[in-house]
This record gives sequence, C-alpha cells and structure tokens, in this order.
Amino acid sequence: MDELIIGGEKFTSRLIMGTGGAPSLEVLEQALKASGTEITTVAMRRVDPKARGSVLDVLNRLGIKVLPNTAGCYTAGDAVLTARLAREALGTSWVKLEVISDERTLLPDPVETFDAAERLVAEGFTVLPYIGDDPALAKRLEQIGCAAVMPLGSPIGSGLGIRNPHSIELIVEAVNVPVILDAGIGTASDAALAMELGCDAVLLASAVTRAQRPELMAAAMRDAVIAGRAARLAGRIPRRRHAVASSPTEP
Amino acid sequence: MTDTGIDGAAPDVLVVGGGIIGLAVAWRAARDGRSVAVVDPSPGSGASHAAAGMLAPVSEVTYTDEPLLQIGLESLRRWPAFAAELTEASGIDVDYRADGTLAVAFNPDDMTALDELGAFMRSLGLNVTRLTGRECRRLEPMLAPAVSGGMLAEHDAWVDPRRVTKALALVVDRLGVPVHRERVTGFLFTGPADDPKACRGVRLASGRTLPAGQVVLAAGAWSGFVDGLPPGVLPPVRPVKGQIMRLRAERPLLGHCVRGMVYGSPAYLVPRRDGELVLGATQEEMGFDERVTAGGVWELLRDARELVPGITELELVDVVARPRPGTPDNLPLIGPSAVDGLVLATGHHRNGILLAPLTADTALAEDRSAVAACSPARFAERGPDPDGGHDDVSTTR
Repeated sequence: MDELIIGGEKFTSRLIMGTGGAPSLEVLEQALKASGTEITTVAMRRVDPKARGSVLDVLNRLGIKVLPNTAGCYTAGDAVLTARLAREALGTSWVKLEVISDERTLLPDPVETFDAAERLVAEGFTVLPYIGDDPALAKRLEQIGCAAVMPLGSPIGSGLGIRNPHSIELIVEAVNVPVILDAGIGTASDAALAMELGCDAVLLASAVTRAQRPELMAAAMRDAVIAGRAARLAGRIPRRRHAVASSPTEP
Repeated sequence: MTDTGIDGAAPDVLVVGGGIIGLAVAWRAARDGRSVAVVDPSPGSGASHAAAGMLAPVSEVTYTDEPLLQIGLESLRRWPAFAAELTEASGIDVDYRADGTLAVAFNPDDMTALDELGAFMRSLGLNVTRLTGRECRRLEPMLAPAVSGGMLAEHDAWVDPRRVTKALALVVDRLGVPVHRERVTGFLFTGPADDPKACRGVRLASGRTLPAGQVVLAAGAWSGFVDGLPPGVLPPVRPVKGQIMRLRAERPLLGHCVRGMVYGSPAYLVPRRDGELVLGATQEEMGFDERVTAGGVWELLRDARELVPGITELELVDVVARPRPGTPDNLPLIGPSAVDGLVLATGHHRNGILLAPLTADTALAEDRSAVAACSPARFAERGPDPDGGHDDVSTTR
C-alpha cells in the first residue's frame, strides 16, 4: 500500500484541496468528491468555525480532514495567533502555515514563516509551511520539526505550473519529510509533473474551483496525481539524444 | 391587542419577513385581493438595507451558474413594470436605471480572463460588447488610466433597494396589510410536531399566535434558523456576510455600474442620481456577524480606489454589514415546502433585489414554471442538512 504519511497520520489520496474561489458550496462539494481528496485547507480568517452550513459542514459531511491555514497573515505574530484560534475552534493542532510578504505576488515571507514555524512547533503544532522553492529553507524547516514542507510551483492562483522543476527536485532530495507542491498548478499535467519530480503530494485550489467545469477538472487532477506518482515509482527511462528501436532488430 | 390579521380574521397569507422579498410577496398577494399580514421585528433592516441593487444577471454570470442566469434574466424583464407600478402606487421614485454594467480589466491577465468570460457569455447567447481601454474611459472618464479594456453589458440595470423597501412598505400599508413587529418563535402545525401535516400560522416571541391560511417564509438569512421547523423542512440557508459602503458626491461620478477584479477580489461601484455611490461588497462565511471591520472597510476602499481614483474626495456616509441568505447552489427556494400551507421565498443570496419581481409573481402562483429550478423539493431529495454545527456530523466515508 503506497500511503502518504504526514505527522504520523496515513492517507491514501495524495491530492490536497483548497476551498477558495468556488462559485457555490454545491459545486465545491462535487469537486471535492471527484478529487478523492482526504485533506482540505480552509482559511481561518475567512470562515467562522461556529457558523452552520459553511464549508466546514461540507468537509465534515464528506469525512475530509480539515487543515486550517493562516492565509491573510503578514507577520509571524498574526500567523501564530491564527493557528492558536484554529486549534481552539477546530480541535486540530495541524496548521498550514502561510505568511505572505505582499498582496500583489502573495509570495511567502521566508523570515516570518521560519519564525512562526519555530514557535508553533514549540507549542506542539503539526506545522506544514508554505514556502518558496528554496531547498535551503526547506532543509532548515525540517530541522526545526516541521511535519512537511510545501514549496510553490509558481505564485498562488497564477496557474503558471512549476517554473523551476530543478529546485523542486533539489527539495525532494534535501528533506526527509513529505514535500507537498503547493500553488501554481494550472492543469493536470502540472500536477503529474510535481509527482514525477518526487513530490509526495500536491495541493491546489484555483485550478479546480475557477475552472469552467470544476468537477471534471477535479477528477482530472485526481488521475494526474495518481499517474504522476505511479510514473515516479516506476522509474522513467533515461533521456537520450538518438532513437533506440523499441522492437529488437535481432532475435 | 389583536391576535389576527385584518378585521380580526386570520389572513389568507402570513408573510414571515419584511425585507424586499417578503414585502414584494405581500404586495402581490394583497393586490390580488387576498388578506395578508407581515411579521418582522424590524422590516427592511436586513440584507435589503445593505444591498447595492444591481440588476445585473449578464455581467454577474459565472461558470456553473447558468440556471441562476436564466431566472435572473426573467426577473430583469419584469423589473421595468414592477418599478413603474410601485412608483405609481407609492409615489416614490425607486431610481430604476437600465444604463448597463461596464466590467473592466486592469492588466493583460485580467483582460484574458474577462475575454474568456465574454466568450462564455456569448456561448450562452448573451449580448456583451468588448471595449478597449480608451473606449471604456470615454464611457466613464473617472476610470483609472490603468484600465486596459472592458466588457459592456448594455441591458444590465440597477435600483435603490432602500427606496424599494420603503415604497413596498408604504403600498402594503395602503392595502391594509398589518406589519407585526415581532419575532417568530414557532409555527402552528396540524399533525405531529416532528412530522407536521399542515402549517396554519405562527407563534410570536410575546407568546401570542397568528393563525393564517398559509405562511410564507421570507426571512432572508434567518430562514435557515427559525425555531420550530422540523429538519427536513428547514431550508438550507446560511448567512454570508457582506460589508458595503455608501459615499456621496455633489454630482454623480459614474453613468454606469462599474465592476472589476482587484487583487483577485471582485469589486463594484453603483451610482445613483442623487450622487450616492455604493461600493461593494465583501463575501465572508462569518455567520450572523453585523460588525463592520477595519479590514472590510479597507478592502472596499482599496479596491474601489483602484477602479475609480477620484472616490477619495467623496463623503463617506454609511457602512453596514448584513447576512445574505446563501444556499448550497446559489439558487433561491421559491414555492411550497414539504408541509402543506408553508411556502418558501428565501435563499436569494446575492440576488434578492434582482429576483424580487419574479419571486413575488411566482411564490404563491399555480404556475411556477419560470422558477422550476428554484423548487424547494430539490433539497428534500438530498435529505436534511445535519443540524447544530459540524462537530456532531458523522465522518464516515
């Protein structure tokens, strides 16, 4: 059984979904079902956990683990506070740590992220930090006890895919915790590529929620992650400059 | 103190909710000769008080929302006559205008997205016109120079919802419809309480009862939370918080509704003839939270200023936060519920003003073919929503 293990918990699906951008709760629910996801992130600053009928009800009805994130935070202080509120409200010590540097690029702030990660790990959180595609930072976050690292493929919502596959490969080589490609996925081949590069999982939201047919795109992503993972495990053939006939020319 | 409606007799129709939907339903019913009463602790003070009043089914269309587009277009067709009749009956000008919505883009990325949406609109048979940045600014000279292009939906319209609810309150009063300013705490059912056969009135917070021939639940975001409805009947309506701001200019700054994406969040500006300019609106899953937040105000101003830099000179007159009645599929519930005598007219989410004429025409009508997609039965098939928050929901897969 090829399981994904994060913070000691086992998962079958390697596709993690976000919830932002869906046109309606019903469309979101259909997409989540089609994706086969077992973990889904929710921005704690945009949802009241006590409100009835919200996205949290949908996730609970589908039996999907809620991963609160700290989207909208610009300082380590904000992020730590938001994580604590999430733990209190949802009874989970898991947090996707997201500390943004500026609202135009939405790129993660490495210094604030590291600071917040250190404090949250010390407080007993299972921390999954969203970071740039920086192998050195990924290694440092592993060393301080993060449960996974989540490098971006390209900026949030951009759909530009994986702009620096080499850096993602270096991160995969550098760390022993799960590597979750987060942000930038535009279409199914991007998700497959992430898995082929050796990522343990893929997190995406806009690529599905803002697609013309979200449910169909969710199914495509599910299949792409499965295909990419299988290809990684199978081992691709070496690239060559010239052809090699696939049928033997001699018996 | 009387327990009942007109002349002490139980009214034919009792409308729970005095927002635009409830009052419009009450008006149509009373005009058609039925005896009607309305219950609302504070009529016109919910989402109708906050709404900008865009009647914009074309420029608001999004992928997967085609059913909403169809009922929106149908209701838009009914608005001119609805507004004219209401103005005639009340003497109040509701500031109905059909001058179109201009959706603008700020950079080539936004324009690409807008062009894709435009192609989708045309595939649905909608008439939208692609404009260059300079054409946009010729139409609306106050637009930011950064506008790189836009899309004009010529037939979109808008109205002032506060004037509409005021006019509706006036005309239902003239038709002899009493408005009981109380909260509903229960329903009068025949049959067992957990499986009622028929609804024949409501119970009020004061303890008194109001019997009626039938009850229309039009309580906006509160419709999903009224006491005394069994789980299978309670509509799956949730509050979706919106913060919205009103500015005032000496003279109107814009001639069209203007909308655009700013940092990925949709923003719009709605001008009125008297110089009021409405900036909207946040969409937050924050439950019943009527607090205006610093972040909400900042986002509204930030986004509107990107679109129309000149707004910073205007007077800030009003900011409110109200819960919209959201549903799982963004469509309202219009028509009979599973219980005889209980009719639903709720769940209009962002479209209550647009859909008011259609809802008023169909909620109590025999022929509801125009709102077939809004049948409350579509949720009954899916079973009742689990009640009481998320921690008691089973997590089986």
